[in-house]
Amino acid sequence: MWCGVSAALWPVRCRSFLLQCRNICSGNVGRKSVVDGVLPSFRSVCGEDGVSLSEAIREQHGKDESVHKCCPPDVVVFPRSVDEVSALAKICHMHCLPIIPFGTGTGLEGGVGAMKGGVCFSLRNMDQVLDLHVEDFDVTVEPGVTRKALNSYLRDTGLWFPVDPGADASLCGMAATSASGTNAVRYGTMRENIMNLEVVLADGTIINTAGKGRRPRKTSAGYNLTNLFVGSEGTLGIITKTTLRLYGIPEAVVSAVCSFPSVQAAVDSTVQILQSGVPIARIEFLDDVMIDACNRFSSLSYPVTPTLFLEFHGSERSLEEQVNTSEEITQCNGGSDFQWAKDEETRSRLWKARHDAWYAALALRPGCKAYATDVCVPLSMLPQIIVETKEDLIANKLTGPIAGHVGDGNFHCLMVLDPNDPDELKCNQSFSFLFLLLDISGGPTWGHDPKVEKH
Amino acid sequence: FQVGLLVSVKRFFLFLFEIRVKPDKSGVVTDGVKHSMNPFCEIAVEEAVKLKEKKLIKEVVAVSCGPQQAQETIRTALAMGADRGIHVQVAGKDYENLGPLQVSKIMAALAKKEEAQLVILGKQAIDDDCNQTGQMTAALLDWPQGTFASEVSFEGDKLKVVREIDGGLETITINTPAVVTADLRLNTPRYATLPNIMKAKKKKIAIMKPEDLGVDITSRVEVLRVDEPPQREAGVKVETVQDLVGKLKDSGLV
Repeated sequence: MWCGVSAALWPVRCRSFLLQCRNICSGNVGRKSVVDGVLPSFRSVCGEDGVSLSEAIREQHGKDESVHKCCPPDVVVFPRSVDEVSALAKICHMHCLPIIPFGTGTGLEGGVGAMKGGVCFSLRNMDQVLDLHVEDFDVTVEPGVTRKALNSYLRDTGLWFPVDPGADASLCGMAATSASGTNAVRYGTMRENIMNLEVVLADGTIINTAGKGRRPRKTSAGYNLTNLFVGSEGTLGIITKTTLRLYGIPEAVVSAVCSFPSVQAAVDSTVQILQSGVPIARIEFLDDVMIDACNRFSSLSYPVTPTLFLEFHGSERSLEEQVNTSEEITQCNGGSDFQWAKDEETRSRLWKARHDAWYAALALRPGCKAYATDVCVPLSMLPQIIVETKEDLIANKLTGPIAGHVGDGNFHCLMVLDPNDPDELKCNQSFSFLFLLLDISGGPTWGHDPKVEKH
Repeated sequence: FQVGLLVSVKRFFLFLFEIRVKPDKSGVVTDGVKHSMNPFCEIAVEEAVKLKEKKLIKEVVAVSCGPQQAQETIRTALAMGADRGIHVQVAGKDYENLGPLQVSKIMAALAKKEEAQLVILGKQAIDDDCNQTGQMTAALLDWPQGTFASEVSFEGDKLKVVREIDGGLETITINTPAVVTADLRLNTPRYATLPNIMKAKKKKIAIMKPEDLGVDITSRVEVLRVDEPPQREAGVKVETVQDLVGKLKDSGLV
């Protein structure tokens, strides 16, 4: 998808893409023989079982959960330790072979596609949880450990890792993509919660971005290399360990839902809730198109207007205060149908609409695909941009329900389109989304991976 | 309706981890593997705590049989809301040979000693998958049992239990005192939060030995060998349906 390119530049970009394609094709034959040549070296590093050329395995490692076409690598290797990763990287470096790190393949942006072929490093065999320090609230994990696996491991300690991008993703993968998610308004994104990384660079050098074994909560010493690699999308190195900041599991959780007469009212409530010091854990916005989709998909009956889904964490007593304050604020802004719940079952039911949003959007047009765009603006600009986006969508006859982590000024417009209809594709492509943004002092967040989408 | 409740908890590997058989085939590798409470025991503790929160139960006592580390599991149960714990010390070879019959004898003895009216256990442990301890405990006590419970409620002084069975759901009413074993859908266990873990450190865990309860834990079962499941063999591809039928006939399957 060619984001944010005006109609005038479109032919130029097209030509350069075609040229790139030709280069890839002519590079192919040469690269294949190079790969064949290094296979014995790969096998000597990670064993016979650690190298795969089978079509099924390569295809599995050439795509993620996005709509992007599968770009399989030439070979997949399965290193078992950071030393093996380093040795394999050295071989690739010597022969100029592209390296694609692969965690769980749960990304939504086509980040694992081997656009120029190469070697996919599947890191799933490095799956240890190392160095848990309960009193220091930190833990170090390898790339094969996923978010849910870590939280299961930690359950006896009373700690958890709250960054929740939705999928059960590899934590090192989340580091590489600087994952955010619904909890970011209270607990921050990956960027704020990583204390150290062990990274293997393109030439095989192993570095520790904050020093080996170090886990300082704050430091003024040296360059902030950790945050250079967080969000680097696998373009600067392969992350083989990440040290994460943990939090105490909340004593109690309350979920709430509230409908509003307008986008402005919903955003005003968000701003006021944040300003009144309520440490809200999740605050999610669904527009009327999305709520309608969710009602139909999950047989719910929410009013079809902009809606906020809220979640509060804390002790029993503080929750009462948080919920009361928030309810008052929503009422002052014309909010209605404020429902809240404490027990797990009712909470799940209340939030079901938000959890099924992706599938509900797809179900609006059966047979179509969807991709998520990701935008972040200052909170005060949010109503304006959402309203203008919706006008644009209607003018272009596009289907684009909106859902967002409104507490951060972040929202997704889920473009639902028929990939086989060229006119519709073109229309989506020239959808002047980013143009609007550049006027409003915000920007695309690249919260979803730029590699494919932002060529 | 004030009733005392015993809940039994067992400690094993965290369910996420792959199990490896020891090279001498005498058992599984336990060193360095993260241990945690058996998932069905967690569900049992959650149900016990819920009943106490509804004020149907006076006191929840968590029991575990095993070596020193069993106390960690009891502490987790205390952090989830149990009032006190009992650690029955069984270590070394005795612990390796500890099976459902011995545990159920211990539970039965404790139920009598503590004058409990309700004993809740997980339906089975994920190490041996025996699914026997609850049933044996009920038999030894001559109490009614509600096993594979997916719903438990009081009706007067009787217990209504909805059981998950192969054919669907079966609802039974049993007298108390009774034994209940928890199945997967009974509830979603709570996480132990830090403040509760700290409070749990102050709760009491009584320590005793099987002999103190008059229980003989010699095992009548001897494990001869532990093997991994056979490695999966590669399949064979055939070109045509005729080839497939031919191969099936050759192997005597049709």
